[in-house]
Parts: sequence; structure tokens; C-alpha cells
Amino acid sequence: MTSPTSTSVAERTWARYTPQQRWKRFATLLVVTAAVVWAVESIDIIWPWVWDAPAQVGDLFGRMVPPDVSNLRAILWALVETLNIATIATFVAVFVSLPIAYIAAQNTTPNRFTLWLGRFILVSSRSVNTLIWALLFVAIFGPGVLAGIIAIMFRSIGFLGKLLGEAIEEIDRRPVEALEATGASRAKVVLYAIVPQVIPTFFAVGILRWDINLRESTVLGLVGAGGIGVILQGAIDTLNWPTVATILLAIVVLVVLGEALAAWLRRKVI
Amino acid sequence: MTDADASRVPDSRRHWQKPPFIANPWLRWGVVLGLLLYAVWAISTLPFDLDRISQGMTRASRIFSGAFPPNFARYELLIDGFLESLQIAILATLLGLILSVPIAFMAARNIAATPIYLLGRGIIIVSRSFHPVIVAILFVKAVGFGPVAGILTLTLYSIGFVAKMLAERIEEIDRGQVEALRASGSRYIGVLQFAVLPQIMPRQIGLGIYQLDSNLRASAVVGIVGAGGIGSTLMNAFGRYDYDFALAITLVIIGVILVSEAISGRIRRSIG
Amino acid sequence: MLRIQNLVKRYGHGEPVLRGLDLDVPGESVVSIIGASGAGKSTLLRCINRLVEPSEGSIELNGLELTSLKREPLRKARRRIGMIFQGFNLVDRLTVMENVQCGRLGYIPYWRAALRKYPAEDIERAYHLMERVGIAHYANQRADALSGGERQRVGVVRALMQQPEILLADEPTASLDPVSSRQIMELLQTLSQELSLPVLINIHNVAEAREYTQRIVGMRFGKLIFDGEPADLDQQAMDAVYSGTSETTQAASDSAPMPMVTP
Repeated sequence: MTSPTSTSVAERTWARYTPQQRWKRFATLLVVTAAVVWAVESIDIIWPWVWDAPAQVGDLFGRMVPPDVSNLRAILWALVETLNIATIATFVAVFVSLPIAYIAAQNTTPNRFTLWLGRFILVSSRSVNTLIWALLFVAIFGPGVLAGIIAIMFRSIGFLGKLLGEAIEEIDRRPVEALEATGASRAKVVLYAIVPQVIPTFFAVGILRWDINLRESTVLGLVGAGGIGVILQGAIDTLNWPTVATILLAIVVLVVLGEALAAWLRRKVI
Repeated sequence: MTDADASRVPDSRRHWQKPPFIANPWLRWGVVLGLLLYAVWAISTLPFDLDRISQGMTRASRIFSGAFPPNFARYELLIDGFLESLQIAILATLLGLILSVPIAFMAARNIAATPIYLLGRGIIIVSRSFHPVIVAILFVKAVGFGPVAGILTLTLYSIGFVAKMLAERIEEIDRGQVEALRASGSRYIGVLQFAVLPQIMPRQIGLGIYQLDSNLRASAVVGIVGAGGIGSTLMNAFGRYDYDFALAITLVIIGVILVSEAISGRIRRSIG
Repeated sequence: MLRIQNLVKRYGHGEPVLRGLDLDVPGESVVSIIGASGAGKSTLLRCINRLVEPSEGSIELNGLELTSLKREPLRKARRRIGMIFQGFNLVDRLTVMENVQCGRLGYIPYWRAALRKYPAEDIERAYHLMERVGIAHYANQRADALSGGERQRVGVVRALMQQPEILLADEPTASLDPVSSRQIMELLQTLSQELSLPVLINIHNVAEAREYTQRIVGMRFGKLIFDGEPADLDQQAMDAVYSGTSETTQAASDSAPMPMVTP
């Protein structure tokens, strides 16, 4: 993707790419084509269903019109529950992730063991999706909001801890040195030289994660972990498509409002 | 410092308070009170049931003892599930990349007329608002269980992200190159091909690699509601209380995601 | 009274940065340390408050051996050693008052530090010192809102808040414009007399060193090779300190106004 290579003025022929570039492009194209051919050839698909898919999808949407708002009270309550799950879980996760970020950052961790412990916690939290966490906690605590909150928390800790840890690693070392030189204890150095430098990131990633969690909370109910997904699943199972349409609209409104609020908070706080 | 000394000093010099974050005290205490009330109310709506939590602990110990050691005996199922996830991810990425180009042009303010712009933005907002799992469950109902639902879901998911990024890129393209071609008498299509496409292609390739990685992750999740791939395998294992096989699947998912993240990151760095 | 004997510092197995350095600083004198970059000036200062761990030798401050101190006694000793930095090393997002109170962190309990409930006499002292250096009206401003010269004054007040027995200044004027840097040097000189405080200044600018200090120490390759009054620092001594290093030319130009200062 680089600009045409110019060599010397005497060289009058012009080609867009050097031979090596051309070869690389060709090889990349070949790999991509092979991957696509393999995927199409071997995938377990009943093709008549695929040709039928547009009609089926259209039919589904046809049955959703007009949306049924008779259950609006229940839907609004479920929206509030969804909001609460996201907010409570984000709030708790932000504070839980602080000590983990502290031990997972190279410049503040007490020793090598804690560094690896911190990194291990972050990686395992981050690589398991919220829904998989939700499956586990529904199995443990039974269906309900509690399982949802804990699932969102578990996933968020890794995200928040990683970003906060990186923020800690990027702080300006010099105030830390200055405060150590005054004879302040370690805890006070953290409080005065590290915390103020990490606070902007703390708010920024907290708000960012809250926005993400709001979206994730809408699907927790599909595995029984509370929120609007529960009634969505119920409406789908009973083939009550007009209500499904209302719920989907409600989700769009919630997510768009949440995104707007997050953007506003970010501007206010930072 | 003796008392006599202290009495000479005005009181304001012996007290200092950090300037508050919100200067207006009414607003400040209002915000604090509001947040506090919300917290109390939100927590009070939680169905905290100590009985159930303590039962949960015994269930947790049963699940974990059932899950260890992870059981890789049915590795063929695992591998099949994975290959299907990979196929879903590849096809969805390709379709998403192709379809996102026209939608991105529709959603670029500097190119599209206002009604088309609003339509393009609308498509992007809707496809970004819905978590892929919700989209997947609808497609599963429409086209049945299996990878087709997964591909459709992740195509829409890719469009939401790629078209948004691409539209932003198109909005900031170099007007000079466009005008140069316009001035030389090129037609609209010609302008798109020679002035706009070369400027967005590098971005599109970078986004494609990123999206392949994130589709692979997402395909593990949408399978939970029946849209094919390793997620379906995991859900089946969980439903049959095969916790040792479920743990094996989860571990493999984690491993593949870490590897895929590393590869994707390396490629994107190398093409800058 | 600061007494340094046979101070050695080496990083890893490399060449030592300080090789058997001896230096005595009696009370209330301002001492400039000059030398090319890499001569070990900064390491010397940081060995005194043990931001850098010395390898060998002894450092005694008013009769207290600093090199052997463990955690808690070391913290107590550091409270008595004020330090001023080239980059000011303030906490940008805190107010000037909080930055100044950082100098008291070693003395006050944790809850006071956390809640910003500083003792009344500390606040009074802070206002007094800030007024003395002309920054009292900035008390509620954030530190990053101040200019370079003002920020360095915050740094000086922070160090003085410790009620130090010695002040270490590591290139305190190197990041400042000429006017601010003269003001800071004058301030250090007068404070040293007012508070009868020994001050050790690493300095790049030989002209400033001549003008504001009674004693100049020249370092080269981790050793003291010059120790005397500004008048003793002739061209031959300058050559010994700087020649053959990349800074010869710069030091020469720094010392251009020399005849005016020391006739």
C-alpha cells in the first residue's frame, strides 16, 4: 500500500508496484481465496435454506409489524433492571480492578509472583466472554439478576484492570521519585504521586466499560441471567413477534441513550 | 508553634480546603444525594437471598469438581466445532467487508445526499446497537439452527463496525485529490475509483484483519444461542452437565483467542 | 554538616560512576558541583538521600550514618533531606497547596494525607513560605497551570516544608529561562543564609555557579578534581574539569561573563 517507488529519473518505465510487492500481494490474495473456497466448500450448510433465507427474514420482520406496546410497563421495568445490572457491576468491577491493576503493572507490583498473579487474573477474566461467565454463574446461583451482575463483573475486571495497569505503567516517574525523597511511606506515595496521574484513565475506562456493559446486559437474559433478555427470550419462545419488535426498539433506545450519556460524561469529567 | 503565635495569624491562613470538584454547593450535594439514593434503591431491588448463595457455593463446588480435570476425549467434536467457527468468521468477514463499502459511502456526509446519509447512518446505528447474540437468536428463528444464522449475524455485526470506521475515514479523505480528478473531467465513478478508493483501501485491509479476529471471538458466543460453531458445542456440553468437556472447550477457546489476538496484532502492526 | 567519605557507586559490573569520592559540607554554605554530563553529579546527590544505593563508602549527616539505614529509619532520615529537581517533579494534577504539603507526608498520619486535612501549623507554614517566594496566590491552582519559574518555586517550598537539615538541588535551573533561573539561584542563596541551611547544587552553568555560591566543586569521571572559591576556578581548572569532553565548548561559552563576576 505504499506509494509508487521512484528509482532514478532515467528509468522511464513505470509500474505501480515493485516485483516483490506484487508477489506479496499475489500470495496474500491466494491465501485469502484458498481460505474462502475452503470455508464455502466444507461448511455444513443446507443450501436451499440459504436461498430461502431472505424470504424467511422478510417474513419474520413482516410479522413484527405493528409492534405491540401492551406490555410496555414490563418492558420498561426490564430496561431499568438491565441498567441496574450494568451500573452496579461496572461500579464494583472498577474498584475490584484497582488492586489487580496495581499488582499487574510492572512498576508498582511488589514482586514477580504478584506480577504473574495479576496478569493471570486479567487474562483469564478477559478471555472468557460475558455470556460464558453468565452460563457458569447461572448454574451456580440459579437464574436471576445476581448471576448477571457477577458475570458482567468478572468480564469487566480484566478489561478495566488491563487498561488501568497500562495507565500505571505509563505514569511520569519523576513525581514518584520526588515524593520518595521526602520520606513519605509507600502508601502515601501511591496516594499522592500515582493516584492523581491515573484518575483520568480511571474515569475514562469506567465510562467506556459501562457503555459496553449496557449492551452486554441486554443479552444476559438469554441464558437466564436477568435483564431485558429474559422477556425477549420469553416473547421469542412464544412467537409473540409484535412484542419482540417493541423490546428490540426499547433496546435500541436504551443503547443509544447510554452511548450519548457516556459521551457527555466523558466530556464533563475529563 | 505556641498559642501566642497562633493568635496572631488570621484564621484563614490556618485552614485550607481542596477546591471542590463541582463549585456550586447545591449542585454538588444534589449530585451526591442523587447518586446515593440511586445506589440504595438499585441495591434494594436485588433479590439477595443468602440461602440461595450458600446453596450456590455447594453447587459451585460440585461444578468445579465435575469440571476437573478437563476432558479432551471428544476432541473430534471440539475440532469440528472450531473449524465451523473459523468458517463462519471467514465468510462473515468477507461479506461484511464487501457490503460495508456501499453502506459506508451512504453514511459519509461529504459524499452522500442527506436522505441517503440518514439511511446509511441508520443502518449502522441499528446494527451496532444490537448485541450479536440478539441478532443471532432472531436469525436462528428465521433460518434455523446452524452456521447460516451465524454467518448472517456476524456479517451484520461486521457491517456495523467496519462501515462506521470506513465512513469516518471517507469523511476525512483528501479533498484535493478528488478535486484534481473532478477538474480533469472524470466522471463520478472515476472519481470514486481513483481518488477515494486508494485512500480507503489500507484502512479497509486493517479493519478486515481486526474484524476477522473479533468475528472469531463472537462466533464462539453466538453459538450459545444455536448459531453454529464452537459455541453450540459448548452449550450442548453444558446442557448435558458434561462440565469436564465444557471446561476443555473453554480452555481451547481461550487459547485460540489469545493466539488469534497475537497474530492479528502482529499483522496490523506490520502493515502499519 | 555533611561528610562523605570514599563514596563508590557502580551499576552492575560496569565501570564505577563514583570512584572513592570525599566531600565535606559544613553548615550554611552553598556549594556548587560542576562537571560534564556523565561525571556523576546526579548520582552523587541521589546517593545522599539513597534514591540511588551507594556501593561503598560512608555518608554522614549531622552525625547520622545514612548508608546503613533500613526502611523505617531511612524514611525518617529522608524527611530531613530536601531535594529540588531539574524537571520540578511536581504532581501536575494536584493543587499547589497539595504539592507543597507533599513535603510533610513523612510527618503526618495517613488519614490526614488522604482527606487533605493538613495540620493548621503546616498550612500556616506553607502560606508563609509560599509568600516568601511569591506564589501564595496560586495555592488553589493546579500545578500544571504555572510557568516554569513558578513551578520550581513550588518545588523549593515543598523541600523547605520538610524542615530539612540540608537541601540538594539537581540542576534546578536547567529547565528555566535566564530570568527565572537567576531568581531561583538568588532564592537558594538567600534561603541558605536565612535558614542557615547547607545547600548542594548540581549546576551546568558555570557563570551562575561563580555568581551565587561561595564554593565550587568540580567533578570528573566520578572524582572530585577541584574544590575552591570561585576565584580559584581559572582556565586551567576549567580545562581539567571539562577538557576532552563534548561539553568543552558549552562550558567555555557559559563562562564568558566570568571576568565581570570575578575580576
